[in-house]
Amino acid sequence: MVPFTKLTGIAAPLPMINVDTDMIIPKQFLKTIKRTGLGKNLFDEMRYTQDGQEVPDFVLNQPKYRQAQILIAGENFGCGSSREHAPWALADFGIRCVIAPSFADIFHNNCFKNGILPIRLPQETIDALMAEAQNAQDPTFTVDLEQNLILRPTGNEPISFKIDPFNRECLLEGLDDIGLTMQKADKIQAFVAKQQAQAPWLYSAGAGA
Amino acid sequence: MSGPKTLFEKIWESHLVDVAEDGTSLLYIDRHLVHEVTSPQAFEGLRASGRKVLRPEATLAVPDHNVPTTDRSRPIEDETSRIQVETLEENCREFGVQLFGMRDRRQGIVHVIGPEQGFTLPGTTIVCGDSHTSTHGAFGALAFGIGTSEVEHVLATQTLIQKRPKTMRISVEGTLPFGVTAKDVILAIIGKIGTAGGTGYVVEYAGSVIRGLSMEGRMTVCNMSIEGGARAGLIAPDEKTWTYLKGRPMAPKGEDWEKAVAWWRTLASDEGATYDAEVLLKAEEIEPQVTWGTSPQDVVPISGRVPDPKHAKDEAQRRAMERALDYMGLSAGMPVEEIVLDKVFLGSCTNGRIEDLRAAAKVIAGKKIAANVQAMVVPGSGLVRYQAEQEGLDKIFKDAGFEWREAGCSMCLGMNPDQLSPKERCASTSNRNFEGRQGRQGRTHLLSPEMAAAAAITGKLTDVRKLVA
Repeated sequence: MVPFTKLTGIAAPLPMINVDTDMIIPKQFLKTIKRTGLGKNLFDEMRYTQDGQEVPDFVLNQPKYRQAQILIAGENFGCGSSREHAPWALADFGIRCVIAPSFADIFHNNCFKNGILPIRLPQETIDALMAEAQNAQDPTFTVDLEQNLILRPTGNEPISFKIDPFNRECLLEGLDDIGLTMQKADKIQAFVAKQQAQAPWLYSAGAGA
Repeated sequence: MSGPKTLFEKIWESHLVDVAEDGTSLLYIDRHLVHEVTSPQAFEGLRASGRKVLRPEATLAVPDHNVPTTDRSRPIEDETSRIQVETLEENCREFGVQLFGMRDRRQGIVHVIGPEQGFTLPGTTIVCGDSHTSTHGAFGALAFGIGTSEVEHVLATQTLIQKRPKTMRISVEGTLPFGVTAKDVILAIIGKIGTAGGTGYVVEYAGSVIRGLSMEGRMTVCNMSIEGGARAGLIAPDEKTWTYLKGRPMAPKGEDWEKAVAWWRTLASDEGATYDAEVLLKAEEIEPQVTWGTSPQDVVPISGRVPDPKHAKDEAQRRAMERALDYMGLSAGMPVEEIVLDKVFLGSCTNGRIEDLRAAAKVIAGKKIAANVQAMVVPGSGLVRYQAEQEGLDKIFKDAGFEWREAGCSMCLGMNPDQLSPKERCASTSNRNFEGRQGRQGRTHLLSPEMAAAAAITGKLTDVRKLVA
């Protein structure tokens, strides 16, 4: 995974609550067997008309935000399905940080597996950042994960944020957590031996039994 | 130091492989379900890193999202769908995972076949790359949806890295009024707590109403935990649970069965166990529910009216309501019973089980669907379909004018050809009414199988109690 240390880029404002994963990447694009190539269909049904023309009003179609690397949105971002295609589409478009008052759990988890930093901030702070992203001529923010700080285009007081230490470490180092877990293979073996003695039915039954 | 424990705590603690100082936990996963949409990149990841599936017998695979519900004797017409289904078949062969193929009678929606096969067991941890994995919580299993990276993690290590969630108990007490079902209960719960109300929590459903539900009803309730934001929903296992599971192909047998039941009897939350949050609903206050908008929290009793954005709690909510009204083509204040439909969909992992089909058939028996609607039944699995045919339910549906289809996810999310056209309006027993969910610009109203049956007959949203009184 590509490490996330410091990101400087345009922030696009999406002042909507409950942005669900069906909006982020509609089902017709889930038929891929690859992780890449989904960026062009990010927010497809809001971004394009039925015949494939760009909807000029949609934020990512506006000249100012076409190169956005940060998204600022309303509460409960990423609700709905478990599709990792949602963070894949964001990453493929170039968005590596989403800032919102709250996130749905599965989406939040999925971000960390793909080098995307989801930042939770209080609603008042989001409102302020949203306004800056909308009004600044050059809405370039810097998200510094080493310092846990967001630097703003207005030069106003930087915003500090908190990230779970394990997730932060994985992002900073670009760690592959399967590799980390495999280092604990002996503990997994020991667990299996114990469970097999205590709950043998879990091993005699199951698929292929 | 072991005070009273919740059902969740008992399962969680008995599956910890390792806990780091900051609380990051390595959780053992007993059962893993896999489908064609969220698994190809996980298997590809294994291949790229030269890893194997640690315990193939702990995983069961089935294609469900992409499969056509019409003629199965021919290859899937849509090339991308066909490739995804074939990729699943190849991956299962290569990695030694058991697969119920598209033409296997046992094929169906992952969350229907897990319980049906006895693969789902109380006290276990169950995951799947699908948010409706919460369904299996009806058996007293800790079951939740995961992303594809986590699917790969489970395949390789049979574990997941997790943070301990908080606990919430939602109690539904009293007696459900006539015509009110498990679906209405969970829709009312989501209406009350909101679509993010359960975020960060595992929910345990309790109270006399939950205890009184059948296993199918309990699955319907747990299924939609995620629509309330909770990754997992749980219900204490009891006699109904063992009765349902006994003799199923993948359930324990003989002496193992006796040992298992003895263990399962100890799983229910202890007297005096505490939760981080508590919610109470009175059964008597629940009416048949329908959704009017584009979030599952947009529920209203069938006797109600489409709400007015004027009464929104804040600006963001008002904007969301206005957008939803516009998308749904509805006006504030109109009675929901005046909403006219184009389609009726009966199926999904929420309501595609035999009991759901029986309940709908009872409403429909001897009647015809309205001229303005197209209605279809998509059983949750090939075995549900077969059982329904043995009981003659297919004939009741077909005589009424319903299409009788093959099993799969179908129009719940429209990855196969079963989709709404723009602006078509559908009464659906599924779980999500998001924009575009059932087809671009399609309009979804969520409701129970009984209410869907009533809607098919009158051609509009209808209080089922008027038809069966």
